[in-house]
Amino acid sequence: MESNLNLLALLNLFLPLVSFAILIFFGKKIGESAHWVALTLIGITLVIAMFFFSTVFSPHEGPILQSSIQWFTTGSFTLYLGFLINNVAAIMLLVVALISFLVHLYSVEYMKGDPRYSRYFAYLGIFTFSMNGIVLADSLVMMYVFWELVGLSSYLLIGFWFEKDSAANACKKAFLTNRVGDIGMFIGMMILFFTVGTFQLDGLADGVKDGAFSGNMQLLTIAGILVFMGAVGKSAQFPLHIWLPDAMEGPTPVSALIHAATMVAAGVYMVVRIFPILTPGALEFIAVVGAITALMAAIIAITQNDIKRVLAYSTVSQLGYMIMALGVGAYQAGFFHLTTHAMFKACLFLCSGSVIHAMHHALHELHDHDTDPQDMRFMGGLKSKMPITYWSMLIATLAIAGVPFFSGFLSKDAILAGTLSYYHSHHGWTIFLPLAGFGAAAITAFYMFRLIFMTFYGKPYEQKIHAHIHESPVKMTFPLILLSVFSLALIFTLPNTVNPVDSHGWFTHAVPMVQNNAGLDMHAVEEGIHHAHYTAMTLSLIVAGLGIFVSVLFYLLQKIDASKISSFMNKFKFYDISFNKFYIDEIYNFLLYKPFLGLSWIASKLDWDLYDQKFIDGWGWITLKLSDKSGDADYNWLDQKIVDGFGNLTNYFGKNLKLSQNGVVQNYLLGGMLGVVLLIIIFQQF
Amino acid sequence: MDSLNSYLVIAAVLFALGIYGVITRKNAVAILMGIELILNSANINFIAFNRFGGMETLDGHVFSIFVIVLAAAEAAVALAIVINLFKNIGSVNVDDADLLKG
Amino acid sequence: MESSILTFLIFLPVAGAALMLPFSKLYGKENTHYFKWIALITTGIQFALALILYRKFDPALSVTESPFTVQIDWIKHFNIQYFLGVDGLSMPMVLLTALLSFICILASWKIEKQALGYFSLFLLLDAGMMGVFLALDFFLFYVFWEVMLLPMYFLIGIWGGPQRMYAAIKFFLYTLFGSVFMLLAMLALYYYSDPHTFNLITLIQTASSIDASIWGFSVKYLIWIGLFIGFAIKVPIFPFHTWLPLAHVEAPTAISVILAGVLLKMGTYGLLRISYPLLPGEVVNFSYILAVLGVINIIWGAVNAIAQIDMKKMVAYSSVSHMGYVLLGMAAAISESSAGAQAGMNGAVMQMFNHGTITAMLFLLVGMVYDRAHHRWIIFPRDYEKPELAGQPGFGGIGAQVPIYTGFVALAFFAGLGLPALSGFISEAMCFIGGFSAFRTLTIIGTLGILLNAIYFLRAYQRIFLGPLNETYKDLTDINKIELATIVPLAIITLVLGVYPAPLLNMIAPAMDGIIQIVQSAL
Repeated sequence: MESNLNLLALLNLFLPLVSFAILIFFGKKIGESAHWVALTLIGITLVIAMFFFSTVFSPHEGPILQSSIQWFTTGSFTLYLGFLINNVAAIMLLVVALISFLVHLYSVEYMKGDPRYSRYFAYLGIFTFSMNGIVLADSLVMMYVFWELVGLSSYLLIGFWFEKDSAANACKKAFLTNRVGDIGMFIGMMILFFTVGTFQLDGLADGVKDGAFSGNMQLLTIAGILVFMGAVGKSAQFPLHIWLPDAMEGPTPVSALIHAATMVAAGVYMVVRIFPILTPGALEFIAVVGAITALMAAIIAITQNDIKRVLAYSTVSQLGYMIMALGVGAYQAGFFHLTTHAMFKACLFLCSGSVIHAMHHALHELHDHDTDPQDMRFMGGLKSKMPITYWSMLIATLAIAGVPFFSGFLSKDAILAGTLSYYHSHHGWTIFLPLAGFGAAAITAFYMFRLIFMTFYGKPYEQKIHAHIHESPVKMTFPLILLSVFSLALIFTLPNTVNPVDSHGWFTHAVPMVQNNAGLDMHAVEEGIHHAHYTAMTLSLIVAGLGIFVSVLFYLLQKIDASKISSFMNKFKFYDISFNKFYIDEIYNFLLYKPFLGLSWIASKLDWDLYDQKFIDGWGWITLKLSDKSGDADYNWLDQKIVDGFGNLTNYFGKNLKLSQNGVVQNYLLGGMLGVVLLIIIFQQF
Repeated sequence: MDSLNSYLVIAAVLFALGIYGVITRKNAVAILMGIELILNSANINFIAFNRFGGMETLDGHVFSIFVIVLAAAEAAVALAIVINLFKNIGSVNVDDADLLKG
Repeated sequence: MESSILTFLIFLPVAGAALMLPFSKLYGKENTHYFKWIALITTGIQFALALILYRKFDPALSVTESPFTVQIDWIKHFNIQYFLGVDGLSMPMVLLTALLSFICILASWKIEKQALGYFSLFLLLDAGMMGVFLALDFFLFYVFWEVMLLPMYFLIGIWGGPQRMYAAIKFFLYTLFGSVFMLLAMLALYYYSDPHTFNLITLIQTASSIDASIWGFSVKYLIWIGLFIGFAIKVPIFPFHTWLPLAHVEAPTAISVILAGVLLKMGTYGLLRISYPLLPGEVVNFSYILAVLGVINIIWGAVNAIAQIDMKKMVAYSSVSHMGYVLLGMAAAISESSAGAQAGMNGAVMQMFNHGTITAMLFLLVGMVYDRAHHRWIIFPRDYEKPELAGQPGFGGIGAQVPIYTGFVALAFFAGLGLPALSGFISEAMCFIGGFSAFRTLTIIGTLGILLNAIYFLRAYQRIFLGPLNETYKDLTDINKIELATIVPLAIITLVLGVYPAPLLNMIAPAMDGIIQIVQSAL
């Protein structure tokens, strides 16, 4: 049985990679039928995922599948690769496979005619492969491997239309921002490895429980926060959220798959997986980061005019929710929201893709290449022309706004209950968390309905455009319908109940509260959430209603002029701050990018022009000068003056002594006589 | 004339005169005359030492006779050279024989 | 057969070089394809021999037990032997050298000017490199070390770029300067060891008992410093690294490949082969500095690479950065955790091999675009010859024009920045893990390299391949068959080792165990 499950898990993991390999190498030959290869392979993956999902409902102790093999070893250092499929993983597998398949189907129509058609499906394949790897991984190191591969897939997909400078910039930005988070994750992993002795998830949980960090809980907190940094990067939390809005440069189905439902959820998934080893301190940090992100992104989304931008910031905000949920200990709520969000956010993106596709075609037929098909101000009144898209989008919006009978209500409600209970037990500044949560909920409702009203209601911006709009073909609308169905509450509450405010269903049974081995009393947390449940529910209903009401006022009934309010708000610069994303990109550019690039330019000048050319070559220059001087000294002094000097001296004496040879013999005789006399005198002395 | 010293003094004076003549005289024949004086002074020395030196044999006298004979022979040869020299450079003035001048 | 394989590995290229002379007499110097084919066949046979060696190689056997070892007396008076041997440390290097030599001959196929000289010098270089990795007698090691220098001087100085003479002289003198210190250390080892010997295996036992001191410094310390300077210049370790960008930029493509792929490894190989086993006490004292230098290499190399506008210089600085990982891993030998020490040391040697293949790919790819466009600018410098191009992106958007080439560049760049599933990641990660177990803070600083390495690779990739197509290059040709033959083996190795590194690790691990034991016994 075990080996069959292993085989299935392997197929689940590798079939998308096979799709990638076939399409990369043979894509040109397969051409327009590339999608058959991809759809078949992803379809089989989906079937396998559904199988694993079905095992969630059969009674079992412990994980559905846990196996590992040795990857490599050097003796005492060994790394393993393996699968760890528990209920959470099985649900996630299904989410990934389902949305991937639906996106594949959708893309057949959306990407029709693109010159790199097969390449697109290949990249989707490698993405699915990497994402499955993250879901199935049983150790942090395996997760890291696939983490980076997902980053690669994202790079390839965001930069798919790389002839555009904006897309090229965006994919680089995404990869580098993720890398920043990955550094933290890697360091955290190393700390854990050297304290506990393993990278395996269950090994770490056990190790922490057995007291590997006893006496040094601070180190565990730090390790937890560092590993969380990976999630900050991948799930676009503040301050590493900057890449996600730019990632909208990629095709819309890509945005739906990667930047809404799955890849960005990987961070949340990772936090879910390592939850047992997160200390209360680390969790507090996580909660705050999530809260800030949720609120900040919501504020930015209010003023955006590009339909995909609104959804991007909404994604950031919702991810903040999930992170915040995990931070306050509402483990189940966080993962629940991940699942519901995957469904309705994918639906929202695909619907927006449908709208953009229609707008694009309409503008194309009008030979208008200047109007931005993604700008909501040029839309309006599309309800009548695109009914399926409209209804799907409306259902998904109701879900995200937290309206009862829709899935989002249940998950959001649970999260808000969690934040309230956290405040109740911690008091003080932690009031910020529920405030952020409820505030963001209100704002979310507001801007999502703003999107609906601006796009589908009211007078069309230009009748000409409106006339050319038509509904998308079935390959695109089928996923929309399916996903909107999955945004209904009862999908998650069956078979226990159809009560719209009761979240007890198969989901809550499948994902029970998990043990936290790092000091968090999960029972107390559960108790607190339970107590705060009804307060949270009431409050969230009020808040959602408020948001929808204001949005209706502004945009549907046009009772209040939005532009007047925004210029009023701008007296305090609020509008500008919101529209310009809190100027964070500009701040980073000023404080980080420019100084860093300047630093690297300085380093290069230091290293080359100063150090090498002046210092190192300076030695060469000194050597040359020294050898010049020495050559000079050697020739002009030693050779010419001293060595030749001997010769000159000899010459001199010779010349002068020559004068005594005058040829007169008598002089010679005189000399001889004098010499004899001298000798006698000398020898007389001795 | 009983002591050796007197003879030695005379010989020394003669020797010095002879040297003086050889070194300073310009005429080649005069130089030869000086050389004769030197030889004769050596003769006087020989005889004096023989007479006053306490020897049984007559070595000194015999030696001086040898010297006289050799002086005569040498004078003859030297004069022959002088005549040849006169034939070559046309003068007996030794200052004119400066072909060894360096 | 076994005992002569190593000798053949070294001297086969020499025979090949010698064989070229009669051919040149017979057919004249202009028929260059004879020389190319001789060189290709020679390096091909050498590679085949290396593969045979690999098949028969048993990593568990130490050098003294291995059947491949050759030990013959050479200069008996000074106890110098012709001592060759292969163990887990040299085996990957031998394979790397043989593979890269073969690939470089292919990559040099277009050389026409003075081809006889080029190929014979290259074969001599090949012999020298093999000799360094196989020699186990210090004197023999030194001989082969110096043998490498002269061909490199000529290869850079004659067939290089515009500043080739300057680059060649600088490379030669700088390396020679280091070799002088190595010579002193070698002689000191000979003189102070008892019995006097150059035999590296014997010295492992006897070197640690050297007790003398000169001018107040212990002789062992001075020997360590001498060896360190000599090897540090080759690695290259900051601050001795500045010859590298110059030499790489000015050298022809194949020479850059062999320089970066093999010659750089000799520095760390020397440290691991000679310094580490002979002077473990010094290793223990010096490890902190080695780690610091490693981190400096990582950061400084990467930061500098970001500022470059010449692609080859950028890859050169990336080499500096990647060798920093090796140093960090090597410094982990003193770690208390045996998992950490093993991870570090094995990661270091793995990184040596992987960096050899990856950087070889990078230089080959840069060379390909240079052959076509005759420049390597990432962005045009302001004083570029054609003023209308100044300040523009150097290439721009050629990704659409040359898709297969772009695919390989993407593979090479992502391998360089350490993407998992490619070989670079495993060695990098192991070096970090090892370094972390010994020097926490330093390694944390070093992990910045993960980000910095990505920055310059992606920037260059974007500037050159992404964005709108630069009209000047709309006729660029894609990669051709010969070039493909040079790249594909390296790409396959990178992919395979990224997923399945066990073959390489099994080769290295026992030898590293031995070195770690020696070092740790001195703790």
